[in-house]
Amino acid sequence: MTRSDQGKLIGVVLVTLVSLWILWPSYTYYSRSPAQRQAMEPAKLAELRKKAIKLGLDLQGGLQLLLEVDKSRLSAAEAKDAVERAREIINNRIDQFGVAEPLIQIEGEDRIAVQLPGLTDRVRAIELIGKTARLDFKLVRSEEEQRLLFQRLDSWLASRGVTPGADTALARTPLTGLMLDQGFIREQDLPSAQQLLATPGLDSIIPADTQLLWGDANEARSGMTGRSLHVLKRTPELTGGSVASAEAQVGLDQTNPGAWGVSMKMTPRGRADFARVTGANVGRQLAIVLDDVVQSAPFIRDRIPSGDASITGGNIDVNSARDLAIVLRAGALPAPVEPIEERTVGPSLGSDSIQSGLTAGLIGTLMVVAFMAIYYQLSGLVAIGALMLNLLYLTAAMAYFGATLTLPGIAGIVLTVGMAVDTNVLIFERIREELRSGRSIHESVRLGYDRAFRTIFDAHSTTLISALFLFQFGTGPIKGFAVTLSIGLLANLFTAVLFTRMIYDWWLGRGKVERLSI
Amino acid sequence: MFQLLIGTDIPFMKFRRFAYIASGLLVAATLGWFFTKGPRYSVDFTGGTLLQVRTSQVVPADRLRHALAAEGVEAELQQMTGESLDEYLLRFRTEGDPVDVVQVAVAKHLPGVTVELRRNETVGPKVGRDLREKATWAVLASLGAILIYVGIRYEFKFALGGVAALFHDVLVTLGALMATGREVSLTVIAALLTIAGYSINDTIVVFDRIRERSKALRKEKHSRVMDIAVNETLSRTVITAFTVFLASLALFVWGGDVLRDFSFAMIVGVVFGTYSSVYVASAIALDIWLALDRRKGVAAE
Repeated sequence: MTRSDQGKLIGVVLVTLVSLWILWPSYTYYSRSPAQRQAMEPAKLAELRKKAIKLGLDLQGGLQLLLEVDKSRLSAAEAKDAVERAREIINNRIDQFGVAEPLIQIEGEDRIAVQLPGLTDRVRAIELIGKTARLDFKLVRSEEEQRLLFQRLDSWLASRGVTPGADTALARTPLTGLMLDQGFIREQDLPSAQQLLATPGLDSIIPADTQLLWGDANEARSGMTGRSLHVLKRTPELTGGSVASAEAQVGLDQTNPGAWGVSMKMTPRGRADFARVTGANVGRQLAIVLDDVVQSAPFIRDRIPSGDASITGGNIDVNSARDLAIVLRAGALPAPVEPIEERTVGPSLGSDSIQSGLTAGLIGTLMVVAFMAIYYQLSGLVAIGALMLNLLYLTAAMAYFGATLTLPGIAGIVLTVGMAVDTNVLIFERIREELRSGRSIHESVRLGYDRAFRTIFDAHSTTLISALFLFQFGTGPIKGFAVTLSIGLLANLFTAVLFTRMIYDWWLGRGKVERLSI
Repeated sequence: MFQLLIGTDIPFMKFRRFAYIASGLLVAATLGWFFTKGPRYSVDFTGGTLLQVRTSQVVPADRLRHALAAEGVEAELQQMTGESLDEYLLRFRTEGDPVDVVQVAVAKHLPGVTVELRRNETVGPKVGRDLREKATWAVLASLGAILIYVGIRYEFKFALGGVAALFHDVLVTLGALMATGREVSLTVIAALLTIAGYSINDTIVVFDRIRERSKALRKEKHSRVMDIAVNETLSRTVITAFTVFLASLALFVWGGDVLRDFSFAMIVGVVFGTYSSVYVASAIALDIWLALDRRKGVAAE
């Protein structure tokens, strides 16, 4: 063995050992059942999970959301870091919700990508992430002010001949005619009422510091369900910024003691403000408004120095109370966000995909391996050895760089198997040609490698070019495909050119070889 | 030694006119279809919702369709085959939450049946537009980059032949996808780009040999040089195509529904990529070569 041969051997052995060492955490992690993983120390488990190959959402199941931050109503100064603040708040919410390994990233100008692996309750998660959660405490206008405003709206609408539907009985009182009680509108009349309020120009007769907002859905009054239209002072007395902590609790509403709600504690500053506002407005109603929906509007009986407030309502159950507490603690989003893309993979499809990906990979590899062994005999075995090393290096590189394995990624690996043998086929065919033309075995092997190399280099470069463009453009799964394909190509150059050559040198160096099994 | 296709002497170039006609027809048909009817794009590009659901019992597709229609959802419905008769693919657009909409419709009109969500891909119109732009850009840019690479490494006639073969392979694969009613999705675009890489890879191997032989066989006719080179690389071409074909076939048969369109595209691409290395890439290179000779006044073949 020459010195350079020794160097190559040491190189291959070293790379192989390092690869095995890198893959060890992946093996220990994925060979355990979920129950066994649960039994591990959390710190150790987290460490192991960090080092193991990550599975894409399409394989382990989960939710991927792309949110767009609507900055249209923000001032230039507010808009500047709105997306970054939104990302932080979403991060906090998900943290408190308790999802392992979430990924929250800003994409482009005003988009936030959220990945939640293994999540099953998608509706709840979307609600939690997407809720603006702007909390306002607003004073309700007095009964008299409310009555006057509704009258003005009525006559304004009537003078324009706007009536709900074709009901002529309501020609003079289009709006209040729909109301059962002050402000309360039955469910079946809601669309008509909403249409009336959307009449162009209506805003101009509502005083500047007054605002009409709907109450929570499913309010019940005298045996009927509907919603209330509230007349509020537009400027809030306090906002969500005054809330220090929020907890889900039962028994906050005296009329409905079994119901869930959220109790809030104020910051010292908020406590002082709350005491001042309640003290100055005893006998009036203070509405608790969440995202422009009035949750409740209790009467202020007395000055409240403790700064305790609560949100209750007909729609709140144990889960929504918990989620509401989370969003109130984490804070409001600086601007509304809208989900513009969602990709969910159920856990059953995820494990099916792993299954079919592994089956296809195994069968594909076996077919290629069998073919190579039959066609090239001992040399075929050398190529198979190179292929196995290639797969080992490929998976180790993925684990090392923290790349994610997706289903298209598995397809990339299977294709790598198909294409990796090409390098060996090129070399072997070339060696055979040289043998046929009557050269010695040594000479044929040397020439075969030398002459095939240029072709191999060009062929790899062009495929690498298309893989790099795939990576550039790729979203999620496609990126996974590009990653495995590119790493596979590089690993292939190493194994096919260096490793197999080394085997031949060793084989032929042992003595006189009469016949090359190729 | 176990050998196939060794010592062949097939006069490939003699038949290149037939190949031109066949490939020309295929490409023309694909382009015609592409610009009139257009391929079926997946939700990735059109926006909308693709749901894969599993019902607790097998429900005839028509009943499910009616249940959805009664709730005002016009869904394109596809029942899966084989062991997954209880699974459906639904494509539709809705204002509300798509999963919720389906669950409500089934609960209301198909009592006793429950729905399990297997996959939901909902893409807003804006994102669809973005992805369409990105995909077009990626395909064009990677074809451009390959063109530049081949143009630098090889002479003009080869570069042109290679790129013609590349476009041929990608287009014919697209045609096969359209003809079988398959959707063009993000993963299919990935397959098309992979085919582009494979196609040029295959072509380069043949070209390398032509270049090598044309130095040694200066006295021979160009078409003869090409035939020799193609015949000499034939076993490699076929063996590699065969192994890639085997891998793609495994993905097609066992890789599951999510990868089926992808692996279908790969299979078609591999078959045509192999054919085009000989009959599109080499044949066009040969005709350009001959045309260049004529212009230089060298006696034509």
